[in-house]
Amino acid sequence: MQHFVIVGILVIITTILTYLGLDVAGLAKQQHPIAASAQSVSIDQLWQWEMIVISFLFAVIFVPMMYSLVAFRQKKGEMKDGEHMEGNTSLEIAWTVIPLFLVVIFAYLGGWSLGEVRRVDPQALVINVKGQQFTWTFEYPEYGIITNELHLPADRQVVLKMTSIDVIHSFWVPEFRIKQDVVPGRITEYRVTPTLVGNYKVRCAELCGTSHAYMENAVIVNTQADYDAWIAEQAELAKLAAQTPEGQGRLLTVRNGCTGCHSLDGTPLTGPTWFNIFGKTEEMNDGSTLVIDEAYLIESILNPNAKIVAGFPSPSVMPAFVFSDEELANIIAYIKTLK
Amino acid sequence: MKKFFSSALARGLLWQVIGFFIGAGLVTGIRALMGLTTTDTFFFTEPAWVLGALFGALSFLVGCGVMDDWIKWARGIDTHDNHEEHWHGWEKYINVSFDHKVIGIQYTMIALLLIAIGGTFAMIFRTELAASQLQFLTTDLKLFGQNGPQLYNTLMSLHGIVMIISILLGISGIINYAVPLLIGAADMSFPRLNAFSYWIAVPAAITLVSSLFLGGFDTGWTGYPPLSARAPVGMQMFFMGVFIAGWSSILGALNVVVTVLRMRAKGMTAFKMPIFVWAGLATSIIAMTATQFIGLAFQLVMFQRLLGMGFFDPTKGGNPVLFQHLFWFYSHPAVYVFILPGLGVISELLPVFVRKPLYGYRWIAMSSIGIALVGFVVWAHHMFTSSMNEYLRVPFMYSTLLVSVPTGVKFFSWVATLWKGKISTPTPMLFVLGAIVVFLMGGLSGPPHATVSTDLHLHDTYFVVGHFHDTIFGGFVFPFFAAIYYWFPKATGRRMNEFWGKVHFWLMTPSFFILTFGMMYVGLLGMRRRIADYDPALGIDTAHLILTIAGFAIFFSVLIFFINFFYSIKNGEKAEGNLWNSRSPEWQVPSPMSLHNYPTPIEVIGEPYDYGLKDSPYTRFVEAPKGKGKH
Ligand code: HEM
Ligand SMILES: [Cu+2]
Ligand SMILES: [Cu+2]
Repeated sequence: MQHFVIVGILVIITTILTYLGLDVAGLAKQQHPIAASAQSVSIDQLWQWEMIVISFLFAVIFVPMMYSLVAFRQKKGEMKDGEHMEGNTSLEIAWTVIPLFLVVIFAYLGGWSLGEVRRVDPQALVINVKGQQFTWTFEYPEYGIITNELHLPADRQVVLKMTSIDVIHSFWVPEFRIKQDVVPGRITEYRVTPTLVGNYKVRCAELCGTSHAYMENAVIVNTQADYDAWIAEQAELAKLAAQTPEGQGRLLTVRNGCTGCHSLDGTPLTGPTWFNIFGKTEEMNDGSTLVIDEAYLIESILNPNAKIVAGFPSPSVMPAFVFSDEELANIIAYIKTLK
Repeated sequence: MKKFFSSALARGLLWQVIGFFIGAGLVTGIRALMGLTTTDTFFFTEPAWVLGALFGALSFLVGCGVMDDWIKWARGIDTHDNHEEHWHGWEKYINVSFDHKVIGIQYTMIALLLIAIGGTFAMIFRTELAASQLQFLTTDLKLFGQNGPQLYNTLMSLHGIVMIISILLGISGIINYAVPLLIGAADMSFPRLNAFSYWIAVPAAITLVSSLFLGGFDTGWTGYPPLSARAPVGMQMFFMGVFIAGWSSILGALNVVVTVLRMRAKGMTAFKMPIFVWAGLATSIIAMTATQFIGLAFQLVMFQRLLGMGFFDPTKGGNPVLFQHLFWFYSHPAVYVFILPGLGVISELLPVFVRKPLYGYRWIAMSSIGIALVGFVVWAHHMFTSSMNEYLRVPFMYSTLLVSVPTGVKFFSWVATLWKGKISTPTPMLFVLGAIVVFLMGGLSGPPHATVSTDLHLHDTYFVVGHFHDTIFGGFVFPFFAAIYYWFPKATGRRMNEFWGKVHFWLMTPSFFILTFGMMYVGLLGMRRRIADYDPALGIDTAHLILTIAGFAIFFSVLIFFINFFYSIKNGEKAEGNLWNSRSPEWQVPSPMSLHNYPTPIEVIGEPYDYGLKDSPYTRFVEAPKGKGKH
């Protein structure tokens, strides 16, 4: 009997200490990165309850185990056996049924929390998202804005309609807590209500190839007023841009994600940089050299495998694109401006 | 050396090379005739590599001689049922033997070899992760047709799958060695099939590792298309290697099921079987019936790549998410394949070192079967974010949570077994205790993945990585070491050094806690899975450095184990008797055991774990009925 009392007390102490330890590490009341969405509330709440139960279950197994190791150790030279206990059916039933209750409770809570996370606001703001190796593109359909940075208003539900043009990616902003895969050939939905103004990052969470680690784009949550100002400014820019060939070309490259692989400032990414590219003399992987002109650029866009720049993989990792002549002319006009 | 070159292993390898060139040559020839390209980045074209790999593996089997008896039977020639052993010492292990003990050791050795390879891969990429930014796996690095980040992905992916194959072979090792001994059988039901299952794993492992040199693959061990449909040729070697290793699993498991059902000693009714046998049976039922799914899934991607069949290609009407269902329909149950034998080892060894009966034997036995069955209906918990039908997430949450019930039964029963025992802690027992605590950490970190909403945060982060390293170390690695320290004297007549065994344990266990707890910690903070580099802004550089140091400590502890293991084979302290004072039948005869195990058949006359009850032996020897040498 005395053993049980001691173990009981130790279990309570260990439970409390374990939970406090987790809390100090920032892992109990919240899952560390600051919570920045309405969806994270029920998730963090469920998480906290789980940590309490886990601390208790840990203590319930760990403490009697360690206690036995100390209290029921075989003394040196002792050859006796332990007590002959084979089992106890009511005890076995108890520790089958009680965990079953816990399972039912958490099944209910899990359902509740999922329901909270998926709560739909019919007025939600729609933004289209495209994932591709190795960047994200965001389109605000009402305003014709296309960017690589996601701007969101605080306290309003947003629904991201997401798809991928190549492999599977996964949209995850740790501060929002939720993630959703982005799958080629389908449109997946990500509903989030940002609550905290700040700068975050969307981090691709599904392995998508060589530069997967770097598939991170900025996510900026603003107050509704600042957000509106940003939208107005971008919409204006977009309208202006649409009137010049270069501007339209730039839009085309953003929309098609070209800049995920081609930098504009000279940094080498998956593909050759576009900085100063027009008129440059470039070496090909068969050793020949050529001067980059319109014909070369058009060929490279429509048929990336035709010629490959020295140092880049063959066959090319770039997909073949289809553009009208006018679009090609606009893209080239834009590329020419990159000096 | 001469002995090596005339061994089955050497012959098999030679034939594998020849077979490869025949297969690859055949495809290349046909392509030449059809006017298609005949060479590519890695000399042969992809179809040539694939057929070559398949032909190579099949040729290995013919060359090593494991099928000789079958071939003779097919030609109407009789063979000796009671084959003789021609080999001595280490030669036994590189030649074809039908003795389950030899095969068990062969499996164990190849598992250890793969652990060493997979562990080395891990140390390489763990070093890269010690700090943010790329240190040595940079884009300038070029090796085996890969740049640094690509090599990172290959090493990370290979680490996963090499370890998984090593686990599958490791459990086959323990099961093959121990099950016939525990049930008092002379061998497995189908000794030739048993040898076949082992030998086929050798070319499978070679095929798998060859992918490193063929451009690697960057998909992780899960091989999800469309990424896997675009990866380099190494991807195909991965698919082919796993595909062939799957045959080993299926056939080996079939053998175990039949052996347990048909070969038990007289009087050994179901609930008098040693508990490890229950675990082996439960595992084998899963392996025998689920492995086909991963084989099929991989085969479909192979065909998609080779023949342009768009099974998982949305532009051709295929469905990438379907692959995930097929894959996890095996790969979830597979995680129970990994751990059930380990949990069986825990339950089997605990009573010996606690000197008390196994508490709730029937409940533990039934919980293994329960876990195995429920394990079949939880697979989609790996796909909560995949875009499968939303509402399906709820039933899969329920079924996943349900697994914790039978798992809990095991824990409670273990604790009750320890209660009021007379506990001693030699090395095998230390590893058993370590296994329980580590597995507890794994089991407790499971349910937050099961409740869907929390998993939306955790999925594909290091939290998952920490979770499954805990379950796999607790459910397989610790018990595997326990089993080796425990049965080593049975196999060799010598014991492994206790002191170094304890050093191994005390270095590995705390490091391992730091490692997995740290993994979960950085995961919660935003560390994604499978990335070569992480954002310094996350503030997890220090944590990662500690993880790398802990990783190296584990690596060194396993190195100590290896040295102890190989040294003790010849030089260990002699231990031919019942070293652990166990009731189990295999310890009632001197070690090492002879061919066909027991000199006379055994009969079960009591309960397996009646420690503490006087005059209650589990088994006794009966005189063999004269003239009928049946096995
Ligand atoms: C109560 C017990 C367990 C529960 C509730 C549980 C739950 C889960 C869930 C829901 C996931 C998916 C997480 C995600 O990808 O987001 C997962 C992953 C995993 N679990 Fe468990 N698990 C349990 C025990 C085990 C055991 C015993 C093993 C055995 C080795 C195991 C091995 C794994 C592995 C390998 C993965 C990751 C697979 C991958 O994505 O590569 N788990 N677990
Ligand atoms: Cu990615
Ligand atoms: Cu699973």
